[in-house]
Amino acid sequence: MNRFLLHWAAKPVVFLLATGPTAWLVLAAAADLLGANPAQALIRSLGDWTLRMLCLVLAVTPLRVWTGWSALARFRRMLGLFVFFYALLHLLAYAWFDMGFDGGETLRDIAKRPFILVGVLAFLLLAVLAATSFDRAIRGLGGKRWRALHRAVYAVAILAVLHFYWMRAGKNDFAEVLVYGVLLAMLLGWRVWHQWRRRRIEAAQRHAVSAH
Amino acid sequence: MSRLHRDRGFTHPIPSEITPRTVYEERRRVLQTLALGGAGAALAAWAGRDALAQAATRPGKLAALAAAPSAVPGASTLDKPTSYQDASTYNNFYEFGTDKADPARNAHTLKTDPWAVEVEGLVKKPGKYALEDLLRLSAQEERIYRLRCVEGWSMVIPWVGYSLSELVRRVEPLGSAKYVEFVTLADKARMPFLGSRVLDWPYVEGLRLDEAMHPLTLLAFGMYGEVLPNQNGAPVRLVVPWKYGFKSAKSIVKIRFTEKEPATAWNKAAPQEYGFYSNVNPLVDHPRWSQATERRIGEDGLFAKKRKTLMFNGYEAQVGQLYSGMDLRKFF
Repeated sequence: MNRFLLHWAAKPVVFLLATGPTAWLVLAAAADLLGANPAQALIRSLGDWTLRMLCLVLAVTPLRVWTGWSALARFRRMLGLFVFFYALLHLLAYAWFDMGFDGGETLRDIAKRPFILVGVLAFLLLAVLAATSFDRAIRGLGGKRWRALHRAVYAVAILAVLHFYWMRAGKNDFAEVLVYGVLLAMLLGWRVWHQWRRRRIEAAQRHAVSAH
Repeated sequence: MSRLHRDRGFTHPIPSEITPRTVYEERRRVLQTLALGGAGAALAAWAGRDALAQAATRPGKLAALAAAPSAVPGASTLDKPTSYQDASTYNNFYEFGTDKADPARNAHTLKTDPWAVEVEGLVKKPGKYALEDLLRLSAQEERIYRLRCVEGWSMVIPWVGYSLSELVRRVEPLGSAKYVEFVTLADKARMPFLGSRVLDWPYVEGLRLDEAMHPLTLLAFGMYGEVLPNQNGAPVRLVVPWKYGFKSAKSIVKIRFTEKEPATAWNKAAPQEYGFYSNVNPLVDHPRWSQATERRIGEDGLFAKKRKTLMFNGYEAQVGQLYSGMDLRKFF
């Protein structure tokens, strides 16, 4: 598996797969395949894909540890940037199709609607993470600080689910929200559990060493 | 009337008989341009009538339901009617699923023959009205109404029906009757999503008696010159054009006259978001979004700015006096 993941074509393939939904949405919009309300279909679909990308990028590390496919780590940055990419398109689609790119109107709307405010907060965090995703930024910040900063993606996950939950709250229609909520909770929960286990093992090792 | 129901939705027209969408849309556009343009008053009037008649061009999917143009003031907007395709595939009818495409996919399970509407409560003549009798109760009219959904989109639909007041007068409400409650079908065998807990079934709506008596309040049996498709609330529904769409209860089985304001479905589910009145009002926002603008389905392009929502959905001249002196922010 690792050989597969390290193949020179692996990254381009993942890149193409991740841009697939965008290509499909553009084509579908042009061919009038998005139903009676294409604007809404686009905005919602882009939101769905942001959540899916977020689940994917957060699954990289647990999957890597679980399977031992260490080469999975190569894809983490690209997938993370795709989360930002879809969040950006989602926000642009809202600002364009819903708000007609009227800046003042959009700001007023964001202030008035808490669920959009939460979404915008998540987007701003993602923007900071995307802006510090280069090697130079990692070197500049120092590995430790960089890692601490990029744990903000956990906050993004929580805000994103809250944003989706709030959007659906009026209709008491939580089936989809639950799917993403459970998935993201599992991915975050794994990290807590993993951290706790590692600390215990380390403590046990220290104990064993001092006993000798 | 059994003839009307025999082939509901399951026989299909010969493809060659269907006017292609591009053709009829172009025809409508030309006629409306004529109607609105400076082609002389007489010509404009002639073409305008034709444009209206075009709105009711039968899609050829269901049984025809003949109707004469309505004489009720405000009952025939000149806005371009939404395509039948959009009007019958983009629906909110949660008994068949919460996605807009769900009702068109799932509502084939709704059997509407036989059907009866029970009239009860504070009336002199309660009783059970068979659909056949309701259809004959008054002359069927075509009403071209704007429909504004609380979610911020709108359509223009040529309905077929008559003023609800025709029925109300015949059942003779008592002096104590102040409200009318509409109870819709809740049958697990015919409605697959009744198991979901989105709303408290059955879906109940209500109007003040004077709202119910307003000539624009329509008891509808059809649209686009045919009987209602299941997903649009067959076989009989309410259409209250100056209120958000959810007030227009679908597939009605009971009409009850009461003294107290009925507890309506959305109001029970989220009282801070959906009031009893729910009149279309661009000045009173929904807590989670603005109601100042709307997107007209099938017409406003993807990049077009949304259009301004009109007070009482453009029916202020006809219905404004019903609410004179009322604080519409409080009674939203």
